[in-house]
Amino acid sequence: MADTMEAELLSDPRTRSSTGTMVRYGVLFAILAVLPFVAPGYWIYFAGLLGINIIATHGLNIMMGFTGLLSLGHAAFVGVGAYTVAILQTYFGLPFWLTIPAAGVSAAVIGVAFGLPSLRIRGLYLVIATLAAQFILHFVFVHWQSVTNGDVGLPVAPANVFGFLLNNETRIYYLILAFVVASTWFARNVIKSRVGRAFIAIRERDLTAQVLGVEIVRYKLLAFGLGSFYAGIAGALLAYFNRFVNPEQFGLLLSVFFLSAVIVGGMGSILGAILGAAFMTLLPEILRELSLLIGSGLGIDLGTILTPLRETIFGLLMVGFLLLEPRGLAQLWKRASQKSTRDSA
Amino acid sequence: MSPFQQFIEYSIVGIAAGGVYALIALGIVVIFKASRTFNFAMGEMMMLSAYFFYAASVTFALGPVIGMIVALIGSVAIALLIERVAIRPMLGRPFIAVVMVTFGIGSIIRGIVGMVWGPNEMQIPGILSRTPIMLGDIFVPGKTARAFAIAVVIVVVLIAYLRYSRAGVALRAAAADTITAYSMGIDVRRIIAFTWIVAAVTGCISGVLMANVNTLTPHLGLVALNVLAVVILGGMASIGGVLVAGFIIGWLEAITGLFLPTEFREITPYVLALVVLLVRPNGLFGSREVERI
Amino acid sequence: MLQVDDIQLAFGGVKALTGVTVHAEKGRITAVIGPNGAGKTSLFNVVSGFYRPQVGRVVLDGEDISDLKPHARAYRGMSRTFQNIALFHGMTVLDNIKLGAHTNLKSGILTAGLRLPLTRNEESMLDREIRRDIIGLLELDHVQHHPVEDLPYGLQKRVELARALVMKPKILLLDEPVAGMNREEKREMSRFVLGVKKNWNTTVLLIEHDMSMVMGISDHVVVLSFGKPIASGTPDEVRANPDVIKAYLGGADEPAAA
Repeated sequence: MADTMEAELLSDPRTRSSTGTMVRYGVLFAILAVLPFVAPGYWIYFAGLLGINIIATHGLNIMMGFTGLLSLGHAAFVGVGAYTVAILQTYFGLPFWLTIPAAGVSAAVIGVAFGLPSLRIRGLYLVIATLAAQFILHFVFVHWQSVTNGDVGLPVAPANVFGFLLNNETRIYYLILAFVVASTWFARNVIKSRVGRAFIAIRERDLTAQVLGVEIVRYKLLAFGLGSFYAGIAGALLAYFNRFVNPEQFGLLLSVFFLSAVIVGGMGSILGAILGAAFMTLLPEILRELSLLIGSGLGIDLGTILTPLRETIFGLLMVGFLLLEPRGLAQLWKRASQKSTRDSA
Repeated sequence: MSPFQQFIEYSIVGIAAGGVYALIALGIVVIFKASRTFNFAMGEMMMLSAYFFYAASVTFALGPVIGMIVALIGSVAIALLIERVAIRPMLGRPFIAVVMVTFGIGSIIRGIVGMVWGPNEMQIPGILSRTPIMLGDIFVPGKTARAFAIAVVIVVVLIAYLRYSRAGVALRAAAADTITAYSMGIDVRRIIAFTWIVAAVTGCISGVLMANVNTLTPHLGLVALNVLAVVILGGMASIGGVLVAGFIIGWLEAITGLFLPTEFREITPYVLALVVLLVRPNGLFGSREVERI
Repeated sequence: MLQVDDIQLAFGGVKALTGVTVHAEKGRITAVIGPNGAGKTSLFNVVSGFYRPQVGRVVLDGEDISDLKPHARAYRGMSRTFQNIALFHGMTVLDNIKLGAHTNLKSGILTAGLRLPLTRNEESMLDREIRRDIIGLLELDHVQHHPVEDLPYGLQKRVELARALVMKPKILLLDEPVAGMNREEKREMSRFVLGVKKNWNTTVLLIEHDMSMVMGISDHVVVLSFGKPIASGTPDEVRANPDVIKAYLGGADEPAAA
């Protein structure tokens, strides 16, 4: 009896690995928690930036990777979140525990407002609507001078967590870490539920989804709203992280950045969003270091070509992965880990 | 000048500016017809051509005529490269994947141009005379008027070519029904490559014209995104509808300039796009073409 | 259980269906047969709500559902499979099957995202139910964690049947369940459909042009030809009907496979 039960447990891959998974997560959290005490401040800065990018990438992945809704305006929704924080703080003096949720909600509401007319229809119209959102919202950031302070932007005071000011990388790192963990957990739960299955069904075959009782428009709106909500949260954290917001941060290039992150990581994979965001966050830094190194070696200043170089590389990665490995780094990771378990067995 | 006269003047200038947009739109629609691909890199192809022109005519001092020839050859070569390397392998993949590929290509070209030529504005040699044209009391800036004339001539020539040439007939057959076209012995892959050449030519001419009327920067191509947005909403079914959409954008931009501060011009096409989505969710001309995708 | 009354459907000027009436009795298997182009698939699309007929109505369990959209019909207990397999790639067999239970579950985005007890309970109940009632009945135990696209054709068809069953439908619509199968697979599928009827007392409406399957498992058969019903009755009655013999032998491109 006990033997058969054990055999049954072993045969189910989910129960089999659960203890190992718990241990691995425990180790990971421990490392992340002590990181600021051991790593240089420069690393912690990137860890914070990475965390914010992971949250925004989760959002785009929910829309695009899981539900098949392509958005070219994700950066603008991140911007809505950041400006929500700056405006609520500057003009109303609201604390972070109100401004951050408000940022998520306002991005979701504005996202849905742009998406609503085209979500009723299939495919391409949403691409146009999100492109319109990118340009129109950016225009508002620049030109609604009296509120956004135009190109100069708005300063943001550090988040005040019950008298404790998050005024350096390390302190805000923990806030971001908490949000990364929560948003990853939430996204994973949604995807593994009835709602997530409906998202994937819409992406794959929307007629069949309808026959199974999935209301297409409703679930598209949910996915789009949730993805924009994530963008808003990421924007809010970015505002507290940079301590200022200006329109330049939320241009088309940032939308391309998030698209590349989702594609490079692997569309429709939670792990992929994390890997993609990590890859895309670190890549520009590596590029910068390299160009400084090469530039000083040759005695020239390569600083001016950094932005276009990024643009080129983001585009190359997008096209390259779409052509050669549409399931992204997550797939490569899976293959590598399967190989390693096979080898060790 | 009476407000009415002013309105007419702005309208004429706007429609004249729309000639170049119509040319861009034509390049977008031929590719769509052959392969159902939305080319989000159209603007960057156009901008790159203008830089080719600049390099040949200014940097290498070959003069505008050779400059134009070099630009045309360069843009066709780039278009064929894009088609062969990035578009052909994507045939049959979901349309959002193809959209993202063209979008990524746009980003690559913007970046490369930024690295080679830098982010600053450049002046290309004036191939268009500045002498204004007077239509009665109405004053049309010289460059805009001449760019319009050239664009219209090219559009007419290309449409005639697409209508009467063998390649044009094959294109229409492929657009109507790919499988039947195959069975009739039409090489659909060659047709698709041919449409990329057509797009390269329209992109090159519109790029040089735009750079002449305005100035040359790596962001010159963003205008094609406006055109694309409106063209898609106009319905990709008919070439005529798409050309009209091009002129509408030019006109609306000018009229916006009449009533609102000039900076509003940059978002006019997108506001129009959203309004169309709200009012006529099946597209401006009620085509169901896009819905099928 | 399901009454499809006097349906008339035209596309432009072309009549696809005229005066088609089909009654599926509770707990019985009703089959609609006919040569290719007889309008079987159009009829199914009317029943599922993809096409709106110009005349006629669809009544499920006494309720007129003619104006309901496909997803609303699913909520009323209607479930179907497709002629061309319509499974979701990138998901395991088990997840594909779970999608069939969409209408039975209640989790929204918040309860699911926060893994509140509602979601945890219904997901684990669904898991247990699928293991207990479906996986065993349709013999899918050995593949439940496999990606669905890796399975052979016959098994994929069975997964689709499983997905249609999870919601415990009042009426199960099967669109050519044995199309493209070999003899062995056909026999298996017939066994499974009969098993479903016997174990669950499910009402089944199927369309098929494989006569041997239809005649073997159906309680009631309706024959369509060029969009019109030409006969109905028990398999034996239909087989003996001269109009049916004529429709199948004369002019039609699909000979009786029996």
